[in-house]
Amino acid sequence: MELEGRWRDLDYLLNRQGNVVGPGFEPGPEIREFLQSDCRVLVVGAGGLGCELLKDLALSGFGCIDVIDMDTIDVSNLNRQFLFRMQDVGQSKANIAAQRIMQRISGVKVTPHHCMIQEKTLDFYEQFHVIVLGLDSLEARRYMNSVACSFLEYDEDGQPDLATVKPMIDGGTEGFKGHARVLIPGITPCFECTLWLFPPQTKFPLCTLAETPRSPAHCIEYAKIILWPKERPDDTFDADCEEHMRWMYDKALARASEFGIQGVTYQLTQGVVKNIIPAIASTNAIVAAQCTLEALKLVTMCSSGLNNYMMYSGTDGVYTLTTPYERDDKCPICSAGVSFDAAPSTTLQELIDMLMKDPDLGKHLSAPSVSYGSTNLYMRGALEQQTRPNLEKPISELVDGDGSVIHINDRQLVAAMKVRLKFGPSNGEMDS
Amino acid sequence: MIRLFSVREKQKKDAAAAANGKTVKQSAGELRLQKDISELDLPKNVSIRFPNGNDKIMNFEITLKPDEGLYKGGAFLFTFAVPTGYPHDPPKVKCVTKVYHPNIDLEGNICLNILREDWKPVLSISAIVYGLTYLFLSPNADDPLNKEAAAMMQQSPAQFERVVSQSVARGCSIGGEFFPAARGDRSG
Repeated sequence: MELEGRWRDLDYLLNRQGNVVGPGFEPGPEIREFLQSDCRVLVVGAGGLGCELLKDLALSGFGCIDVIDMDTIDVSNLNRQFLFRMQDVGQSKANIAAQRIMQRISGVKVTPHHCMIQEKTLDFYEQFHVIVLGLDSLEARRYMNSVACSFLEYDEDGQPDLATVKPMIDGGTEGFKGHARVLIPGITPCFECTLWLFPPQTKFPLCTLAETPRSPAHCIEYAKIILWPKERPDDTFDADCEEHMRWMYDKALARASEFGIQGVTYQLTQGVVKNIIPAIASTNAIVAAQCTLEALKLVTMCSSGLNNYMMYSGTDGVYTLTTPYERDDKCPICSAGVSFDAAPSTTLQELIDMLMKDPDLGKHLSAPSVSYGSTNLYMRGALEQQTRPNLEKPISELVDGDGSVIHINDRQLVAAMKVRLKFGPSNGEMDS
Repeated sequence: MIRLFSVREKQKKDAAAAANGKTVKQSAGELRLQKDISELDLPKNVSIRFPNGNDKIMNFEITLKPDEGLYKGGAFLFTFAVPTGYPHDPPKVKCVTKVYHPNIDLEGNICLNILREDWKPVLSISAIVYGLTYLFLSPNADDPLNKEAAAMMQQSPAQFERVVSQSVARGCSIGGEFFPAARGDRSG
């Protein structure tokens, strides 16, 4: 049964004109219909942020939500991952989260996927209008970034083809700090454009760990990095295994007492080994709310969106700042790259010569190497000898066909340059 | 801001999308590593091997034959495992040839700052190779990973020199631990 007035506030946004609406916004009831019946949103991660995101999206009118997470519920999640209960411990986060949202919010369909993000194929990701990330690692973000950017195509004028743009909203929290970010491949910067922004993990020098430990964390890291591989070389360490963690703690404690260091506890051991930063429920709530709002704005255009990064800090009062990050026009992942005409029968050597003679490209190249995905077609440096035989082969033998994207590396380039091969209908037979 | 979806047209599926059954071909980390490898001009005393073939470059081996210093005459094998998080995360490097060295322990862990605390994404495989070369030219007893080796190097440099040359050339026992001749194979 639909509660009366359930959509009143949403309808205010979607059924009326306004001064800050996005481009092409035409108010009307069909926008909510679209949101509830046709719009597909994927939430990546069903942890602290994920629970908030699912709840917010469902309550904001998104009717068809998918959620993917490989993790199972741990007892330590229960303080903030509010969709989970004691009896759910050990079960799939995605499955339980989906179940709970559907129990509590009528009219929403949540489809869970209990697997790794790498297990899904590109056509899985392609079906979504928008992807919202609630992740805790840069590695997973970079993976999702490659996924979103792999759909992107540019037209002849170097403008992104809007039908191939897969927008993502990224949320992130760390203690009292958080961010929300809008990634529209081809339009706003992707993760690789601004990779330098991510601070490195603090790591202790190995010799400090081995010889001059000064803090409890040094003792725990020592147990993890030095002692485990030495004393249990055949076991793969599993942070979720009680016995493994207990072993780590005992070793760290022994190490600490040897050096007169106070403060090694089981909890700290878990924290250091799993690299846990205390999660704050309110930070998750604030960041997820912003992300949901951005997703809503992006698909309905009821307001212009965040441009393009918002940071939040709750350490000292409440502070937010919005900054537009800039794209890297040479980004190897999201940049347009260049189209290059070549007959399929052109040999790799001829192709390299043509690239170097090209008035635009040639000036950036002195000694180019060429790769195609993971396949190293011709590499200078360490693989020169091994890849040299490819120089004589026609490119049609080396790549999949018309429109294949190869990467050119050269000392004069900061990063790999994308080149889209166009097999012109000119001379030479068309290869399949 | 741009308008991405037309609500009225709903969603017209573009049949051109050739995503069927595919996954992402290559990690951004591998793409960056390709650049490193294509620019890796190794000095004569260093060689590289890709045991899994030319197109699987995330794991490789480097052999270093120091041409100067105490370790001259030896050959040392290092394994490199490059994570998909590269270059945000550094490669994992181990010295799998057993060596008596103040900054390398018996498990092959290496105390080289750019491999851990001072790693920066602007560094490259080439920088690590230079770092390793330097470590064999100038062992550093102030930051020991093998404490006994460091102590000997500081307290009796002549003895240290002698046992290192002997272990590298012919193999010998030092403090009850046998170090086979450093011939560039896995002896760790």
